[in-house]
Amino acid sequence: MHTRRDFMQYALNAGFALGAAGLGANVTRALAQQKLTQDDLLNFDAKGQVTLLHFTDVHAQLKPVFFRPPDTNIGVGDYAGVPPHLVGEAFLDYFGIEKGGPLAYAHTMVDYVDLARSYGRLGGLDRTATLVKAIRAERGDDKVLFLDGGDTWQGSYTSLKTNGMDMVECMKLLKPDAMTGHWEFTFGEDRFLELVEAMGYPFLASNIFDAEWDEPAFEHTSYFERGGVKVAVIGQAMPYTPIANPRWMFPQWSFGIRPDVLQANVDAARGEGAEVVVLLSHNGFDVDRKLASVVSGLDVIVTGHTHDATPVALEVDGTLLMSSGSHGKFLGRIDLEVKDGKVSGFSSNLIPVFSDVIAPDPEMAAKIDEVRAPYEDECNRVIGRTDALLYRRGNFNGTWDDLICQGIMEERDTQIALSPGFRWGTTLLPGADITIDDLYTETSMSYPAVYRLEFTGAQLKEIMEDVCDNLFNKDPFLQQGGDMVRVGGFTYACTPEAGMGDRITDMRLTATGEPIEAGKSYTVGGWASVNEGVEGPAIYDLMEDYISRKEVVSLDPDAAAVKVIR
Amino acid sequence: MKLTRRNVLGLSVGAAAFTIAGIQARPASAATEATQKSIMDFTGGAEPAAGKVSLTAPEIAENGNTVPVTVSVDSAMEGDDLVASIVVFADGNPNPAVATFHFSEMSGAALATTRIRLAKTQDVIAVAKMKDGSVFMDKKQVKVTIGGCGG
Repeated sequence: MHTRRDFMQYALNAGFALGAAGLGANVTRALAQQKLTQDDLLNFDAKGQVTLLHFTDVHAQLKPVFFRPPDTNIGVGDYAGVPPHLVGEAFLDYFGIEKGGPLAYAHTMVDYVDLARSYGRLGGLDRTATLVKAIRAERGDDKVLFLDGGDTWQGSYTSLKTNGMDMVECMKLLKPDAMTGHWEFTFGEDRFLELVEAMGYPFLASNIFDAEWDEPAFEHTSYFERGGVKVAVIGQAMPYTPIANPRWMFPQWSFGIRPDVLQANVDAARGEGAEVVVLLSHNGFDVDRKLASVVSGLDVIVTGHTHDATPVALEVDGTLLMSSGSHGKFLGRIDLEVKDGKVSGFSSNLIPVFSDVIAPDPEMAAKIDEVRAPYEDECNRVIGRTDALLYRRGNFNGTWDDLICQGIMEERDTQIALSPGFRWGTTLLPGADITIDDLYTETSMSYPAVYRLEFTGAQLKEIMEDVCDNLFNKDPFLQQGGDMVRVGGFTYACTPEAGMGDRITDMRLTATGEPIEAGKSYTVGGWASVNEGVEGPAIYDLMEDYISRKEVVSLDPDAAAVKVIR
Repeated sequence: MKLTRRNVLGLSVGAAAFTIAGIQARPASAATEATQKSIMDFTGGAEPAAGKVSLTAPEIAENGNTVPVTVSVDSAMEGDDLVASIVVFADGNPNPAVATFHFSEMSGAALATTRIRLAKTQDVIAVAKMKDGSVFMDKKQVKVTIGGCGG
């Protein structure tokens, strides 16, 4: 029987290339060793005095995960067809990645299930800890900055039950130098401040202001001396947190992109003698791409939120953008060479955290066991099994949300279901058991009520257009960074390049094929409403009931709800 | 004592008397035309030039019921280089002139901040009239969205 190691060896013999641009030199070595090792993953063209490590959007995944990269990730306007808006073979071609190799598996959905069975899970905070410690040992502590891009505390059963404390305790062991965030705020103002206090390193946000007095609500910049270089790190929290998430949970704070404020903070940092200015951002890739062109003086933006993973840092108008993926799959590294107060050279790599190849760090592994211990039995409780590949990520429906929409329609007896376009949520391979852990990676949140309402066809169309504009507006500053709301019970066509109000057409009830009429009322179920006082069962309870009753989940892979018109 | 914005606020309110216009029911379909007419009423028929005025507003409103807008004018605020008044127009409002600020040399700076209600995505326009009668404007679109569904 083929074992995973055998497959890797085979793939290597077959001449797979480990590296994209930055890793080319590793190929010979990898081939010589005939297998992928921890050392291969750590192999890096070390440079200069400063090493930035970027870790972001782990969404509380302490353990290694499967996470299928999107098959649809459309960019519009000036952002069409450029990274990160490349998927599948186009992505492999652009970055020169061999099909079937480990990087192809880490970055694309091409042959996903087969490769997933061969290469195994990615991530796990204990594996990340091993990499971070190894890099600190190689470079020396005094050269390394470890930055947490946020969306760290939310997204698992244990993070929900401990109100984020499990993540704070584990992350502390990685000794981050600074953090920014987004979903962190959905624990509510008080809890958020408690956890920031507990973590013991700065939470930075240049763009959060007191809602009443319009004064900065947080520290915006931290200064570090690394390798004899003065480095300023400025934080930028998710600018649309009070719009994408319930504002009533943190009413004191107002966000926004605030490029003028950022420019002032960059200038102030330069004034303080910073030779390197880094933006630790939760803006999302396209927002940061635009920001790099309107704000001057940023050397590096380490960017999160949109869960994009690019194998190397990309240069935009003299600023390096590193987008380090999500769910713990990757660790981003950029080395900077600084001469005469300026960045004069760099090298970068997004390290895929292959969990079967990297030895778990014992200290972190023990801490993960400790924080999970009170919940371990419940986490591992099997509630059903899936015959289908269950995943979420992609601009339109994913199979996890198809299942959730079915669950909502059946359990709440509605004609239509809506499921939010979150980019978090992991993947289950066909044949896998569904555990409580798995269910909560898709549903863990602090406003989980499933409402049941009547909407007119006109209201439904308005909601669809509104969300679609937040995804496909040609001005990235008006994009909020989620995917399209997922739908059950009806189908529609979408034209991303069209304007607001004209993108959604041909809305029809799935059951009968009848067009959805503007003046007619339909029963609709949905979850994660940003309104206060929403009533209904929690999505995780509803789905536990539904999956338990089904026992085995199967989905029609061809039942696409959305026709995309390009 | 440290001089904070809270302390200063009392001063600046005293320095710039402002009025928020009452919202009157008018046909919404006439909004753009109404805005144009309203601007002309304020400027005495002169087309405002670009420049001098800087309007700050969020790209997307966090709460359409209370959208913070700030207007400032590049002016020495003394002698002839003096801003007389600024009007903020919300293009989607039945009565577009939503706030008027009057200034004098005593104001110190031509700077005003207020909060306005925006029911839907629309342009917000600030027009400043100088002491010599010249007029300048700035415009920002503010998006008002249903919210939710973010990743």
